Amino acid sequence: MTRRFSWFNATSLTLGFTFLYLPMLILIIYSFNASKLVTVWAGFSTKWYGELLHNEAFLDAAWVTLKVAVLSSTFATVLGTMAAYVMVRGGRFRGRTLFSGMIYAPLVMPEVITGLSLLLLFIAIGLDRGVVTIVLAHTTFSMCYVSVVVSSRLVTFDRSLEEAALDLGCSPFDAFKSVTLPIIAPAVISGWLLAFTLSLDDLVIASFTSGPSSTTLPIKIFSAVRLGVSPEINALSTIMIAIVAIGVITASLVSKQAIARRQNEEQKALKQ
Amino acid sequence: MNIRRLFLIFVPYFWLLALFLVPFLIVLKIALSDGALAIPPYVPTLDFSNGWEGIKTFFAGLDMENFIFLTEDELYWRAYLSSLQIAAISTAITLLVGYPIAYGMAKAPDEWRPTLMMLVILPFWTSFLIRVYSWMGILSQEGFLNQFLLWTGIISEPLTILNTNTAVYIGIVYTYLPFMILPIYAAIEKLDESLLEAAEDLGCSRMQAFWLVTIPLSKSGIIAGCFLVFIPALGEFVIPSVLGGSKTLMIGKVLWEEFFSNRDWPVASAVAVILLLILVVPIILFQRNEQKQRESEG
Repeated sequence: MTRRFSWFNATSLTLGFTFLYLPMLILIIYSFNASKLVTVWAGFSTKWYGELLHNEAFLDAAWVTLKVAVLSSTFATVLGTMAAYVMVRGGRFRGRTLFSGMIYAPLVMPEVITGLSLLLLFIAIGLDRGVVTIVLAHTTFSMCYVSVVVSSRLVTFDRSLEEAALDLGCSPFDAFKSVTLPIIAPAVISGWLLAFTLSLDDLVIASFTSGPSSTTLPIKIFSAVRLGVSPEINALSTIMIAIVAIGVITASLVSKQAIARRQNEEQKALKQ
Repeated sequence: MNIRRLFLIFVPYFWLLALFLVPFLIVLKIALSDGALAIPPYVPTLDFSNGWEGIKTFFAGLDMENFIFLTEDELYWRAYLSSLQIAAISTAITLLVGYPIAYGMAKAPDEWRPTLMMLVILPFWTSFLIRVYSWMGILSQEGFLNQFLLWTGIISEPLTILNTNTAVYIGIVYTYLPFMILPIYAAIEKLDESLLEAAEDLGCSRMQAFWLVTIPLSKSGIIAGCFLVFIPALGEFVIPSVLGGSKTLMIGKVLWEEFFSNRDWPVASAVAVILLLILVVPIILFQRNEQKQRESEG
């Protein structure tokens, strides 16, 4: 394979990854700029981070966002795992085609349409817009992502293990809890993480479904961004990028270790 | 059919019916209604208190007026066409940028690949809005790019890029690039190296072998990548409103403004219905490509 790794490949990788990372790098560097003018470098300073900590509006929005993300990703994980189980193990039932259609459609549905349709529903049933409506909206679209992630794991999973547990006298729920769940757990966890970041990230659907008292961070950032580049937003963005980067890298290291440990144990077991 | 299974099916099914299908039917219904100065701002509203008569007058009040309005007003035509154009052109650029990166990743030494893979996926986890925003500081009049180009002497006056369609193209290519790279990488990585050797043994130059072997065999990845960029780009709202200018017409933005600024719910709903109808074609083509892919893999 290495035979064909030419200068051309090295160049395209270097340019490609520069393109992917340079904008964020510039943003991070300028968040430490002392000047209010975002394009003129006036020395290193962390004052924008300090100001961020005193900005009540941002802190409130961050709190709302976090609440919504935790709640909606948890509901989405439960519902999405159920949906995946139904899709893979449910067998035939009336309306199965409609069900799988409703699982996949939200993945390709433009956010403006999802947002608009949910808002019109909430108005039609007279539900006041606030944290509850955002949670309902986020749960709905992220459960579809969770169910895709979990069902791809369920498909590859050996069903005879479950059957063995049932033969040995487990109830279906016990079999699920002690056999299926531990095996699909990594997929369930990554589904939760995906749902969590989707919710943290979402601007469009939240804008449609939030009320005046429940502004989320992306809505706040969006309205600030429309006025132009600001060092405070740079600082906030940097914090968010740092959290994601640390999270993703830790998750990948942990899973790498887990795989290595399991391989190690399997080898030991084989030797004995 | 036992109770437990029924419960398992019912809960997610009901949730999706209530919060996905029903809302969409409401959009359809409002698209067929007329705007009114009322709360909610449209007529007719379904009134069950009059029994069957109420339902009948409700259906009689629905019409295609909003759709006819959309076809008559040039703004909407232009918005749909320019969304299609922007989505198509940026998909093509993303392919041109993404293919060499995917190719380089597939040819990179084995031990680099997990890291490269993570570097491609990492931006996907980072806030979309922040990634779009990061270009504002680069593309603005006194931004990083202009400063750099002025410094090197390539240009003598700053370029206006921010708030133009060019900025929208850059934004779409940048944010959707991972969606293009991943399926193409997956396709090239599976490719059997001995096929390329065979082609070269049979007298192909490296370039010819690339065109005759690698490109055709990565076709499914290219198609998947293109749809994964094109479909979301078509209804994009954030990129045209942050990076685009007042002249940038994209249908997602038009829908947003119809709803939030003009408060014309029936027209916004009609815009949504047509956008969805336009999207059905690429979505079906994409599904077919995926299906073919799965079948060829056995």
